[in-house]
Amino acid sequence: QQEGLDDGPDFLSEEDRGVSFFFPFLISVLFCLCPPTVDDLCFFFCVFFQSTLPNFKQNEFSVVRQHEEFIWLHDSFVENEEYAGYIIPPAPPKPDFDASREKLQKLGEGEGSMTKEEFTKMKQELEAEYLAIFKKTVAMHEVFLCRVAAHPVLRKDLNFHVFLEYNQDLSVRGKNKKEKLEDFFKNVVKSADGVLVAGVKDVDDFFEHEKTFLLEYHNRVKDASAKSDRMIRSHKSAADDINRIASTLYTLGTQDSTDLCKFFLKVSELFEKTRKIEARVAADEDLKLADLLKYYLRESQAAKDLLYRRGRALADYENANKALDKARAKNKDVLQAETTQQVCCQKFEKISESAKQELIDFKTRRVAAFRKNLVELAELELKHAKGNLQLLQSCLGVLKGDT
Amino acid sequence: SNDAENTAAHHRNTLQFNTYSHRKQLFSVCVTLSEATEEVSLDSPERQPILSDGPSPVITPVTPVMISSRADVFDRSPDQDEDEEENRDTFDIQISVSDPEKVGDGMNAYMVYKVLTKTSLSIFSRDEVCVKRRFSDFLGLHSKLASKYMHMGYIVPPAPEKSIVGMTKVKVGKEDLSSVEFVEKRRSALERYLLRTVKHPALLKDPDVLQFLESSELPRAVSTQALSGAGILRMVNKAADAVNKMTIKMNESDAWFEEKQQQFENLDVQLRKLHASVESLVCHRKELSVNTASFAKSAAMLGNSEDHTALSRALSQLAEVEEKIDQLHQDQACADFYLISELLGDYVRLITAVKGVFDQRMKTWAKCQDAQVMLQRKREAEAKLQHANKPDKLQQAKDEIREWEGKVQQGERDFEQISKNIRREVGRFEKDRVKDFRVVIIKYLESLVHTQQQMIKYWEAFLPEAKAIA
Repeated sequence: QQEGLDDGPDFLSEEDRGVSFFFPFLISVLFCLCPPTVDDLCFFFCVFFQSTLPNFKQNEFSVVRQHEEFIWLHDSFVENEEYAGYIIPPAPPKPDFDASREKLQKLGEGEGSMTKEEFTKMKQELEAEYLAIFKKTVAMHEVFLCRVAAHPVLRKDLNFHVFLEYNQDLSVRGKNKKEKLEDFFKNVVKSADGVLVAGVKDVDDFFEHEKTFLLEYHNRVKDASAKSDRMIRSHKSAADDINRIASTLYTLGTQDSTDLCKFFLKVSELFEKTRKIEARVAADEDLKLADLLKYYLRESQAAKDLLYRRGRALADYENANKALDKARAKNKDVLQAETTQQVCCQKFEKISESAKQELIDFKTRRVAAFRKNLVELAELELKHAKGNLQLLQSCLGVLKGDT
Repeated sequence: SNDAENTAAHHRNTLQFNTYSHRKQLFSVCVTLSEATEEVSLDSPERQPILSDGPSPVITPVTPVMISSRADVFDRSPDQDEDEEENRDTFDIQISVSDPEKVGDGMNAYMVYKVLTKTSLSIFSRDEVCVKRRFSDFLGLHSKLASKYMHMGYIVPPAPEKSIVGMTKVKVGKEDLSSVEFVEKRRSALERYLLRTVKHPALLKDPDVLQFLESSELPRAVSTQALSGAGILRMVNKAADAVNKMTIKMNESDAWFEEKQQQFENLDVQLRKLHASVESLVCHRKELSVNTASFAKSAAMLGNSEDHTALSRALSQLAEVEEKIDQLHQDQACADFYLISELLGDYVRLITAVKGVFDQRMKTWAKCQDAQVMLQRKREAEAKLQHANKPDKLQQAKDEIREWEGKVQQGERDFEQISKNIRREVGRFEKDRVKDFRVVIIKYLESLVHTQQQMIKYWEAFLPEAKAIA
């Protein structure tokens, strides 16, 4: 029972999912895995969507896409000047099964040192973990597409339509080494610029506040995300220990010649159950808390990128102004300078206008998402604690009555 | 923020120290005191108080002091023993080990513990006695008791383990958390050790035990030092014993012993495994506590920078909840440790002692066999001398035969007695084991219940805060 994972990207608010009465899109990402070998896990996502919009050739369609194609789509948005004024929905993270694969390997190595029951149990645990990560990965990809579909401008993008409709391989090769290096340097330059831009105080109070806020917020979300991951990992480790304890108690129960045998068996049974609940608690914390923080880490980065682009446009505008003044002073190429200045001005104002709305929407989405998830987190924690309590009390009742 | 972190860490450390003394009271008596008889059991070997002065014998077993010509010791029927066990009056003795105090400086420093005995038993000279003892005193006591009783098949509770690393930290004067934990762990272990020792009806009456609990001055037990000559001799003897054990092949006529040995062997394996898992759990829970605290701080920071007021408040509340939960995890880890982990550790060591008495029985049997072989040889020698004309030698041979006949008889009696003792000891041990585990497991489950109840309280308080985000 992977409850909470089956209803898709549930760490997003309804606004994020775009599930509203007027929403013309319904996108589901199903997932199928066709690996040539187990070591070379190549994920294929089946994207299934329905639409009532006229721009689409069909009402229902499904295509098969790889992770690289999602990245291609995201990057095409980022590189499109037209979309400079929007928060580009963050790209879905690459499927990462390294940790689970490592665990599976360790399990295989340690097979000789544990009983058959223990081995089977741990294998089942690992398989469940794998499945959970699969579902999460799928959900992340779905979230991305839904966010694009929810955006009034991005949903009309041509590449987006191609992505959804073109039933052949898009042949988007992943970036080769040279391109990756170029990206790297671009990012370095960007962050240097970002520092410059951040240093200049903005005339507009709204953007000045947003800049200060986002810079700090992004760093703190990053920290909180990392710390929540560590906390949840410890939780999982503790649950694993309880699993082993339950197994050993069972063996003790079957071997003991005294009255303790019943005791051990009963407690072993109890720990088997409470262990499952503890694992569930860790999984729910992962979904409602860790995933939420990770997502807003990426979103706040996308918002920062927007501010950067606006900052660049502002710098360009100011430079164009200076160039115009110079041209007028020298009375040379004035017309060209005027045109450039006008273009920069328009670009800057366009970005500012949409950026303001985007940032306001971002806040609304963020508050809604946090509210939804914190409420659900608290409700789940309560549910599990009550479940645990009931098991413990009933077992205690039996054990005390036995003496 | 570095300062804030430091003061917070310091606060945590002092908090934990305080809660350790609080926990001490909660967890100090984790050994159930079963009933013991008021009357002196005739099984105790010494009638005369034989106080082993000076360094106690290093090798176990030593030539038994008790195998005197006291025939009555061997005439008790096992049934009589069982009956006395049943008719015990309420056990009336309380022992606490407390107030660890560092004496001296540097590498010669040591910890001194206060041992307080409250009792109404008549063998004690006072109702309440308080003495100061150091760790080596406890080891010395155990060493004496082992040398006196183990070869008779008595299960002598083992003393807590030495720890050179742990003690060095304390000596060097590190006032950090791990030193505090180490001292507390040791204090608790010493207390459990004494309680188990006096629980044993024969050991309770032992003059060395009485002297340990009552006497204000105790001769220093030097031979207990790990790296002393005596310590090394001990290790050599242990190795020799292990080799001998492999070479003695006993014809087990009594199925009970074979069965019991196998059971204890299995129990040993499982308890060690369980102990390892519980230690791992303690470690991970402590880690969880630290990581939860760290996350709580991070969540508080996030709440501070969040510019939506209601969400900001909710995040601060979340941080508070997580901080409380971190304390819960810490307390639970403590319970994991002091209730379960230490109990398991004690029982792993106790079972080693149990296996030890089974080995003693094997040795006794081997000795008996050797004596029989010797007797046979002497008889053969005498038979040969019958036809030679050496009256002196013949007389000597006859004397030797008588001597070895006596030894064979003695050996057979010893074997019978140790077998009887072991049966009784194992019965007592198993009864105590059942009680100990029952009590501790129930206490542990109750601690888990408490943790969940607190969890529910905290999350119930948080839920409306989360719902209030608008």
